[in-house]
Amino acid sequence: MTTQAPQFPGAPVVRREARDKVTGTARYALDRTPAGCLYAWTVPATIAAGRVTAVRAVDALAVPGVHSVLTHDNAPALREPDDPILAVLQDDRVPHHGWPIALVLADSLEAARTGAGALHIEYERDPHDVTLTEDHPGLYTPDEANGGEPALRVRGDVERALAASHVQVDATYRMSALHNHPMEPHAATAVWEDGHLTVHDSSQGATKVRESLAQAFGLDPDRITVVSEHVGGGFGSKGTTRPQAVLAAMAARHTGRPVKLGFPRAQLAEVVGHRAPTIQRVRLGADEDGTLTAVSHEVVTRTSTVKEFVEQAAVPARVMYASPNSRTGHRVVALDVPSPSWMRAPGEASGMYALESAMDELASALGLDPVELRLRNDPQTEPDSGRPFSSRGLAACLREGAARFGWHDRDPRPAARQEGRWLIGTGVASATYPVLVSPSTASAHAAPDGSPHIRVNATDIGTGARTVLAQIAADALGVAPETVRIDIGSTELPAAPLAGGSSGTASWGWAVHRAATDLAARLAEHTGPLPPEGITTTADTEREAGEESPYARHAFGAHFAETAVDAVTGEVRVRRLLGVYAAGRILNERTARSQFTGGMVMGIGMALTEGCGTDPVFGDFTAKDLAAYHVPVCADTADIQAHWIEEDDRHLNPMGSKGIGEIGIVGTAAAIGNAVRHATGARLRELPLTPDALLPYLL
Amino acid sequence: MKPFGYVRPASTDEAVRLRAADPAARFLGGGTNLVDLMKLGVETPGALIDIAGLPLDRVARTAEGGLSIGATVRNSDLAAHPDVTGGYPALSQALLAGASGQLRNAATTGGNLLQRTRCRYFQDVSKPCNKRVPGSGCPAYEGSNRDLAILGYSPECVATNPSDMAVALAALDATVVLVGPEGERTVPVAEFHRLPGENPDQDTVIRPGELITEVVLPPPAPGAASRYRKARDRASYAFALVSVAATLRVADGRVEHATLAFGGVAPRPWRARRAEAELRDAPATPAAFQHAVIAELAEARPLSDNAFKVDLALRLALDVLGELAERRPAPTA
Repeated sequence: MTTQAPQFPGAPVVRREARDKVTGTARYALDRTPAGCLYAWTVPATIAAGRVTAVRAVDALAVPGVHSVLTHDNAPALREPDDPILAVLQDDRVPHHGWPIALVLADSLEAARTGAGALHIEYERDPHDVTLTEDHPGLYTPDEANGGEPALRVRGDVERALAASHVQVDATYRMSALHNHPMEPHAATAVWEDGHLTVHDSSQGATKVRESLAQAFGLDPDRITVVSEHVGGGFGSKGTTRPQAVLAAMAARHTGRPVKLGFPRAQLAEVVGHRAPTIQRVRLGADEDGTLTAVSHEVVTRTSTVKEFVEQAAVPARVMYASPNSRTGHRVVALDVPSPSWMRAPGEASGMYALESAMDELASALGLDPVELRLRNDPQTEPDSGRPFSSRGLAACLREGAARFGWHDRDPRPAARQEGRWLIGTGVASATYPVLVSPSTASAHAAPDGSPHIRVNATDIGTGARTVLAQIAADALGVAPETVRIDIGSTELPAAPLAGGSSGTASWGWAVHRAATDLAARLAEHTGPLPPEGITTTADTEREAGEESPYARHAFGAHFAETAVDAVTGEVRVRRLLGVYAAGRILNERTARSQFTGGMVMGIGMALTEGCGTDPVFGDFTAKDLAAYHVPVCADTADIQAHWIEEDDRHLNPMGSKGIGEIGIVGTAAAIGNAVRHATGARLRELPLTPDALLPYLL
Repeated sequence: MKPFGYVRPASTDEAVRLRAADPAARFLGGGTNLVDLMKLGVETPGALIDIAGLPLDRVARTAEGGLSIGATVRNSDLAAHPDVTGGYPALSQALLAGASGQLRNAATTGGNLLQRTRCRYFQDVSKPCNKRVPGSGCPAYEGSNRDLAILGYSPECVATNPSDMAVALAALDATVVLVGPEGERTVPVAEFHRLPGENPDQDTVIRPGELITEVVLPPPAPGAASRYRKARDRASYAFALVSVAATLRVADGRVEHATLAFGGVAPRPWRARRAEAELRDAPATPAAFQHAVIAELAEARPLSDNAFKVDLALRLALDVLGELAERRPAPTA
């Protein structure tokens, strides 16, 4: 073993693959072209409801280089997939605009695309309904919302408490659909060889993709290898198996040749999930001193006719503030739209926009400082479950953030501060994200020379997972992180859960920690030279990570924003955005900061620039590229700071960590909206806050 | 993808000859819009005539004291040119307000003038669009039209011209020099783009085979200040919701010279002639400015989702005129 001094946990170790990425040598899902490879072009439906009555492929097949055209008439039959969105090319039904209805395979991408353009497709159209309204007759209360949360929870008597309360807030907040739009579009390369399927897939979890493919193709998982070595972001959209993996595998099986398939940006939004639009009514009742007596959060959202996905936006209200009376519910309607799914902090991001805006409205109504209002309602136990918190750092984050931000110098009066043409305001909002963890396996190996090698099918979607897991192993082994070899991103490695729910590091790290700790013990016991095969330990955290905790476990945070509103045009700029987080132990300062600030930037987008409508006539999303769907650019991000509070929480995992990938986007839009209200006096209740929304309120 | 030819002519004459001989060919400048449209299937040229190698990349003073800008001068080079920043600040500001740094490094002066609308129906070949397929219909008229026109449109097409640069050029009285099979002619920038009427597929007055060789600016109006301002949905890399270019000279409290043009509101850079007429010799006061701009915007006919543009255009114009009158510096964030 090396004698180098181990680095302290949390050290800002540089990403292992940073050089490979910036020099272009890191290989992504489409970066290999096996011999004889065919290129696939997906043909999306151009109607929103109905069925395909004919796909005439004669002209397409006549295009030089076109090999074949797959449709529901000739595509290999799948078994019922584990996710209905994967049942592609199985029947003639068109459930929404953009649903894949054909696949053109050719010797070149250009030929495949030309072939796709030469297909003659006939439809039988049904009337479609793509518009969510708060009184849609199709709304119903589902059993569960995303995450297995009960759709409806009631404690006490909200109506009576509201009627009796000193102050009430009753406000409805709206958001349109949001898109994940990771930098790397969803893509897969599939090869069948000697009855074995290998798929290089851009996914957040190769283990899950293998399961889905095994189910869909009726294969033993041992006959499938899925590789996701480098992944250019996902934000949840690659957390479930997506059609590119199934289509590529299907086409490779059908043609007997390797197949590459990447969705172009314009097709992406309709096949990879999105954050569903929500209409959220929040009612709060409080005593004169700001003590909450009633919290009601009612969410209306939509799903597709393909599957039920319910954005769990009312769930954070079950965690955040003490109130003896609470009603948190979701209603959903199935429309002829693409299936919504996970997008960074599903539930929390949407729900905390509404709840934290309403808390600001309550503070205004009470004439109470919004930080103080939150502190006064900080609960001792989790409001909905009554469980003790394993740790709850909200109050500490609010206090620390207020001090760092200079909050207490603030003049609380709205529209009171102007600098030249700019109306200046500040706002605050809380953040929360649950601590999730899943069982994982991992192995640790010491070569005869003692050098350590960690193997785990974790996925690094740009977070720094590869680096942090090496740090965890190094810490357990008492060696420098750079001496640890680590392999991730393949189902040939010990099985592990996906990079999602801010749970990756906790889940994989737990198994890595255990395998490495066991290896360290074995090495400590060992005398004399190591055997030629070295020493290997394996870990499976099925028992400990799968256990229900008696504690309510959540990360918390506070966001403070200073915004400047152009008094002439209504353009909003975020001058300063400061987050303070209580998220357990931080395992790598550098990559953690990137996660926090990345979430905050995405929160700026949610607040100011992002949002996508559905065209009522055509049924498609109205923004199809990154020129029309406005993610924040550098000029939208000024002074962004992420800080954290050291938490020593013994009820988490051996590293003492909570997830950090999502909390940065939670509450951020509310903090910005609250700052805009402070700047202008205008309380806007619909995102994004574009100039046209502000104009009516400016002098 | 439809295969296409690619040629690099050695001279402007050859370029014009090639184009005249092949109606399916297109001139290629920086390709920042044309190549995008080819990827979308909106443009399917039979051949690209790449004019990047022609000697049209110079910025030079004219004998009259104005400026000649070659058609292939890159937007970023033009924005930084000392004769532009010194004599025509509105043009530099407009260029820098457009696109992104990478795009400005590639985009050319001629190409910028010929860029096509970003109306989402125009860009989606699965949908009707009279500009793309004459006679197929205009779903934007009653559809998703927040970003589209309030002035100068027709029921056949409500698209806007997306250029920032052209708005400044219109306010600065620039002219476009065109060379075609029948020789050379000039057209004022403000009249270069057409109103759609019943033929929205024709964006400009350019004739078959004609090539933009240069844009000529007259000498800066003595004593006049110029400015470009743009309101948009994000701080950079977003098209104008509304933009304003103006020049103004005030003496003894009265307007001696004023030009005004709007972007983001019409199928072409909207030279506000009515407002200019009202401004001439008017007192340089907020009330007079307001009277003039309202006179211009009286003919605005907002669509279902873009009434805000009328208010935004008024506010932006009054702000810019006020700044120029008082010689206040441009605001910074």
